[in-house]
Amino acid sequence: MKENKGFFGKPGVQTIMASLICIVIGLFFGFLVLLLIHPQGAWDSIVTIILNFITRSSGPAKIKALGNTLVKTSPLLMCALSVCFCYKVGLFNIGAAGQYEAGAGIALFAALGWGLPWWVCLILAGLAGALLGCISGALKAYRNVNEVISGIMLNWITLYLVNMILTKVKDPASPYTLPLAATNPKAVIPGAGLPAFFANNRYVTLAIPLAVIIAIAIWVVLNKTVFGYELRATGFNKEAARYAGMAEKKNIIVTLAIGGALAGVGAAFLFLTGYQQWTTTQTSVPGMGFNGIAATFLGGLNPIGTIFSSFFIQQITDGGALIDKAVYPSQISDLISALIVYLCGFTMFFRLIIANKLARKGGSK
Amino acid sequence: MQEPYSAQEPYAIEMLHITKRFPGIIANDDVTIQLRKGEIHALLGENGAGKSTLMSVLFGLYQAEEGEIRKDGKTVHINNPNDANELGIGMVHQHFKLVQCFSVLDNIILGAETVKNGFLQKDEARKKVLALSEKYGLQIDPDAKISDITVGMQQRTEILKMLYRDNEILIFDEPTAVLTPQEIEELMQIMKNLIAEGKSILFISHKLNEIMEVADRVSVLRKGKYIGTVNVADVDEAELSRMMVGRDVQLKVDKDEAKPGEVILDVQGLTLASKEHKKNAVNNVSFNVRAGEIVCIAGIDGNGQTELVYGLTGLENPTSGSVKVCGRDITHASIRKRADLVAHIPEDRHKHGLVLDYPLEYNMILQRYYEPQFTSKFGFLKRKEIREYSDRLIEEYDVRSGQGSITTTRAMSGGNQQKAIIAREIDRGLKFLIAVQPTRGLDVGAIENIHAQLVAERDKGCAILLVSLELSEVMNVSDRILVMYEGEIVGELDPKKTTTEELGLYMAGAKRDPQFQKGRG
Repeated sequence: MKENKGFFGKPGVQTIMASLICIVIGLFFGFLVLLLIHPQGAWDSIVTIILNFITRSSGPAKIKALGNTLVKTSPLLMCALSVCFCYKVGLFNIGAAGQYEAGAGIALFAALGWGLPWWVCLILAGLAGALLGCISGALKAYRNVNEVISGIMLNWITLYLVNMILTKVKDPASPYTLPLAATNPKAVIPGAGLPAFFANNRYVTLAIPLAVIIAIAIWVVLNKTVFGYELRATGFNKEAARYAGMAEKKNIIVTLAIGGALAGVGAAFLFLTGYQQWTTTQTSVPGMGFNGIAATFLGGLNPIGTIFSSFFIQQITDGGALIDKAVYPSQISDLISALIVYLCGFTMFFRLIIANKLARKGGSK
Repeated sequence: MQEPYSAQEPYAIEMLHITKRFPGIIANDDVTIQLRKGEIHALLGENGAGKSTLMSVLFGLYQAEEGEIRKDGKTVHINNPNDANELGIGMVHQHFKLVQCFSVLDNIILGAETVKNGFLQKDEARKKVLALSEKYGLQIDPDAKISDITVGMQQRTEILKMLYRDNEILIFDEPTAVLTPQEIEELMQIMKNLIAEGKSILFISHKLNEIMEVADRVSVLRKGKYIGTVNVADVDEAELSRMMVGRDVQLKVDKDEAKPGEVILDVQGLTLASKEHKKNAVNNVSFNVRAGEIVCIAGIDGNGQTELVYGLTGLENPTSGSVKVCGRDITHASIRKRADLVAHIPEDRHKHGLVLDYPLEYNMILQRYYEPQFTSKFGFLKRKEIREYSDRLIEEYDVRSGQGSITTTRAMSGGNQQKAIIAREIDRGLKFLIAVQPTRGLDVGAIENIHAQLVAERDKGCAILLVSLELSEVMNVSDRILVMYEGEIVGELDPKKTTTEELGLYMAGAKRDPQFQKGRG
């Protein structure tokens, strides 16, 4: 019993268990929906969604597909970190989507319009995201405007602004921005030998390890530094932070600015690989920011946890694209991740059940 | 221990062998309480003794693991407050449960409205309320808004709420904490009237003098255990406090004559706007505190004491006037800028004093985490130093918790949370300490300890501003009393020369020292 309590009694372990329960139940409901639509292929499809790249035919194809999933995981992870970081300070950064758009817009314009190298584009993307975060932060700090409201508004404002700006660097024949590698090869984030490990998938770049390093750095900042001490104190109890002389207004603005920078850099991590081009006619806010919220909660609000949850969400999203489109809508994986996120609301509840179970076991012995 | 009660008349309420456990703690351990019809039965115990838990069991908020509840000799099951209400059990909570923007009448009928075809029948309700108010001598204005009336009248509204529901068993949870001495007198009379009309009262308190005055019998709890029930007529205060604490308690604060030195705090014409009404919360207040003395701000809750402290500590910005500490003008300085001058034990330990989700060690450094001793050059927390510092404070100030420095502060008892704050603030070693209700909600033993520490700081030359609502604290601890009424200081008293009655008159605004002229409002 003692060892048992030692392992399962740890809050961290309980959080992971709770997240896993969310995932299992979410997948189960997704399976039910598949069954309703078309019972014959339901099992195969849910397996495809979970396995994603593993379902590819050959070894190299599998590795290459894994590479693609990782390419999209890194911006997702950055958005998740953005949401997670702000959440620790008691702020709900739903504006991550808009900050992501701003990052994409500036990064692409700097790369395609001004011909700047990748690292400058990356920094500019971070600054653009930070600027948006500052706006929400200042409104919150000085005028007590809810950051959710201002964030959602800015998501739309930024979307159309970016569409407008990027029209200047778009392909004349299509709504897409110019191909990055052909227009400005210097702006592509270097692979540094990584593609060789992924069957020469040239979209695999330094962005992926960078995102993981940033996740670890965020964890360190939050848990080991004075800055993190202040931010978390503000998040837990704003009044006590004020009582202790912390500059709570400044902290709100700085937090959202950092959150914005993370989301902005995240966008650059995707668009500066050349994997995807911006569609200048899009009329919906990209899902990356919102998926970031999902990954944050599934990751147990822990920067390290979000590394894994981001990968998982991207994994089932890509897997969802592989199922038989003639029978099932590819949005099925969105549905599953939405279900999982919804269930994440019960994470605490599951943790409680686990903790109670343990307590009862302990009592009976 | 207690004489047999006539078998013909069953007890109004019996709680027999109640045991209620929470993870890691037994809140009530085999507690038995028997309330006779028509008596005032006091429930005495320190904080954390299990009084509230026991009443919550009676009121249906918790279910006991063991034991039974009987009403009029018959076993009953109380699963929620509605069940309690149907059994005629009513409760006046320590913090009133009133809707501020509703009238007295609306509050009384809330939840028990008479309705005809979906419309309120207020006239009937009004008649009933007025009749009740007359019968029991509970003066109220049924049309006044709660936010406009005195605390005493709010309490009478709460009592009428119970009577309106025809409750027979009335629970009063620390009802005198917020009242003036005069209002307490009135309440005692009201309780006697209620008994005369056949109601039965459970009176929760840790104030011995009130129990002595009004109760017939008293049951004592200590650390969740039932200690005993005695007739009030057979015991004295010293004996009751011994039952409650388990040892002899120093009821009087032991201190020498103060030797005031140079002026540390100098406040001139301080004015702060109110957030609730148009008048100033603090209006043109001037006073000083010298090194080596304890000056107490007395007054009824809500007369500007909170705002005055906010003005002194920088939590709010004064509209005019000046604050000087050790000769330095800090009227508009940020909180951090006055960190080397003002130590502050805040009124609300949960709101301001602690980050409850942090481990204790992080709260121990809350006021000085940025100092080089806790922060490395690169902005990292020095974990080892923090742990050592926290361990030292825990040791020196006897702060008790489950796992020492790494205990989540939320998991600690209120008394130990307060001890942690006091340790942190005193250990800053500053010349000026503001202590706002430092013993609120604490038990006699802890109060004794905190008072001794304040006096020790005074004797080391610290200037202490004590804000208290507790009259015994005001009288016993302070060297000088300033009374605040409606945002102004209306009198300065010497605790050795004045009486609680005189103090009460000042606090209620009935008396004013001509030396303190009326401000401009």
